Amino acid sequence: MDIERQKETPLVEALKIYKKSRIVSFDVPGHKQGKSFKGLTDFFGEDCIKVDVNSMKPLDNLANPTSVIKKSEELMAEAFNVSKAFFMVGGTTSSVQAMLMSTLKEGDKIILPRNVHRSAINALILIGAIPIYINPGVEKNIGIALGMKTEDIIDAMDNNEGVKCVFVNNPTYYGICSDLKTIIEEAHKREVLVLCDEAHGTHFYFNDRLPKGGMELGADMASVSMHKTGGSLTQSSALLVNAKRINSNYVRTVINITQTTSASYLLMASLDIARKNLSLEGEKTFNKVLDLCDYARKEINKIEGYYAFSKELINNKNVFDFDETKLCVNTKNIGLAGIEVYDCLRDDYEIQIEFGDISNILAIVSVGDNEFTIERLVASLGEIKRRKEKKEQGDFIFEYIEPVVVTTPKYAFYAEQKTVEIKKSKGLVSGEFIMAYPPGIPILAPGERITEEVLNYVEYAKRKGSYLLGTEDIEVNYIKVSEEL
Amino acid sequence: MELWYTENHTDEVKFSIKVEEHLYSNQSKFQKIDVFKSNEFGTFFTLDGLMMVTEKDEFIYHDMIVHTALATNPNIKKVLVIGAGDGGTIRELTRYKTIEKIDLVEIDEEVVTVCQKFLPQTSEKLEDERVSMYFEDGLKFVRMTEKKYDLIIVDSTDPFGPGEGLFTAEFYGNCYKALSGEGILINQHESPYYDEFANNMKRAHKRIKEIFPICSVYQAHIPTYPSGHWLFGFASKKHDPIKDLKKEEWNKLGLKTKYYNTDLHVGCFALPNYVKEMLNNV
Repeated sequence: MDIERQKETPLVEALKIYKKSRIVSFDVPGHKQGKSFKGLTDFFGEDCIKVDVNSMKPLDNLANPTSVIKKSEELMAEAFNVSKAFFMVGGTTSSVQAMLMSTLKEGDKIILPRNVHRSAINALILIGAIPIYINPGVEKNIGIALGMKTEDIIDAMDNNEGVKCVFVNNPTYYGICSDLKTIIEEAHKREVLVLCDEAHGTHFYFNDRLPKGGMELGADMASVSMHKTGGSLTQSSALLVNAKRINSNYVRTVINITQTTSASYLLMASLDIARKNLSLEGEKTFNKVLDLCDYARKEINKIEGYYAFSKELINNKNVFDFDETKLCVNTKNIGLAGIEVYDCLRDDYEIQIEFGDISNILAIVSVGDNEFTIERLVASLGEIKRRKEKKEQGDFIFEYIEPVVVTTPKYAFYAEQKTVEIKKSKGLVSGEFIMAYPPGIPILAPGERITEEVLNYVEYAKRKGSYLLGTEDIEVNYIKVSEEL
Repeated sequence: MELWYTENHTDEVKFSIKVEEHLYSNQSKFQKIDVFKSNEFGTFFTLDGLMMVTEKDEFIYHDMIVHTALATNPNIKKVLVIGAGDGGTIRELTRYKTIEKIDLVEIDEEVVTVCQKFLPQTSEKLEDERVSMYFEDGLKFVRMTEKKYDLIIVDSTDPFGPGEGLFTAEFYGNCYKALSGEGILINQHESPYYDEFANNMKRAHKRIKEIFPICSVYQAHIPTYPSGHWLFGFASKKHDPIKDLKKEEWNKLGLKTKYYNTDLHVGCFALPNYVKEMLNNV
């Protein structure tokens, strides 16, 4: 990476010049740099509204970049040391979908962990590809889903015809990494592509104390959620491509099928700025983040009952590495559900964390934090224990349910469907998802058989207060099933 | 040429003092520290441009933040003071021979150094042998302390910047934990007048009320603080500031004070209606 080049922000510079020019707009957006009415400028500020513009000659076009966006994307590629980077403005969901749509066709097979983000399974509904799920296993004490064992992936590749890709979370929401290096070697030996969902791993590329980024290890594509840990605006993301096995022009074509033709310059400029910052300051910043997390973990673990887990989970099987910037705390032994602690932090202490599940909370520590905010979090957790600790300890045992894939998610989704009471759905084929948090694993996806095991688990998860979602019926009492199967 | 110090009390209200000399200016690790000399208010110092202490009117603030608690419970032995690097609160505390231990927690060591150099009037007693100084985050200190104090005084800046953590529920909760059964918490409670300060005040009151069984607010008139109308919080596990006032006992001590007296002690808890309403509605 050429540091001097990384200091440039071509798209931002072009926007600055545009801002100074006194151009008269007879194009969209209709607010005309905020001149149409005061409301927008009052709220967002003039500087912001003035660059909310449409594609035009000096500002390039995301659908087919030839000048400043092209240069900014090149700098992004250099920053991640990949052959090609695409700016994405539809969130990392759009990156994940573009990744799958440009590598799979109808009937192709893809290996993916069962705790995959639903954006991936949704992409399979569009494509018609066949999922082969890997059981990520669960850490029994803390109740979270883990990574994929390499041997399970090898078995799946060797025992299935027509596997095109392996899809890997790097890391999972909880910070768990699989042995990506070996997975990539084994996959490439068999001419199988490796795609990484790095929605929670952008920072991996900018600090050696963190697990390795997928592209550094030779993955073929990765979706990096610049806005999550990289510092850009919400909904901005990047798709990284290694051109050895992937035709990036085809990827561009696929992206343009679903991506807006009016990409927001606010989002794109934020990618430019965040990339520069990661390249120049990333190492220093994430050193600080890691130190803050170390401190927080040590202090939280001094409060009896909380368990802020970290690298001790590594077992070289389904936990190959751990992202220490994910400050995840198990709350089971203070007798409170993670979600109760989550609510209490927000309602009583004005602290918003990422999420709480039945037995854990997750705080994201980033560039924006400092010693004072960490101290507040630790002190609040201490107070919550002092005020609210309960004797009884709820236990929630997750048993992995092997999915019975009857047909592709696409076929089941588009087939004629009817709604039935979930209790009476045994043996039918689901047309919908059922997700459960924790541990963040789909219990059912479209095209899968509703077995007795599934029904028992849904009942159990509901009773235990697990958060179920995915069906049209928000209470998950009814489910849509495929009529033809 | 005229040199003026100006503080924006709101976006549309300014307060200015004519300055004779700008004695000191430096960005510390946490904040900008400035010391000025003026004819009207003597030497004064500011943090991030906001007025902290002037030689002329500091007696009001320091009398009120200390003596109200000590006249309610003259048996206070162990005191924790958070903030207060100027030393004024410590100076008033050291006048009580019965106090055995004073821990001072100030985030910014440079505030102490600067005040020792330019404001001996407030900082003169920082060297008292009962005083121990800790330069760290107040929230961290109370969270970690295993000692029990009879009195905690929160002599903080406004709740933005380094003082922010000292206006939070977790801070007040940890103070409760660090107080003995006799414990009293006094805090700088902002002002009811301008909206921004009033919001801080309401928020602080709400938080303290949720934690302490006894929780009231008292007032003083401080010319150099925004609107001049300033509030303090009195929270306690046991002592009521008015019912338990030890009037005779305190007067027997014979402490000469310029603002505080035991009549004013009772009177300062009587608040204007609009302030009462704000406090009742939190």
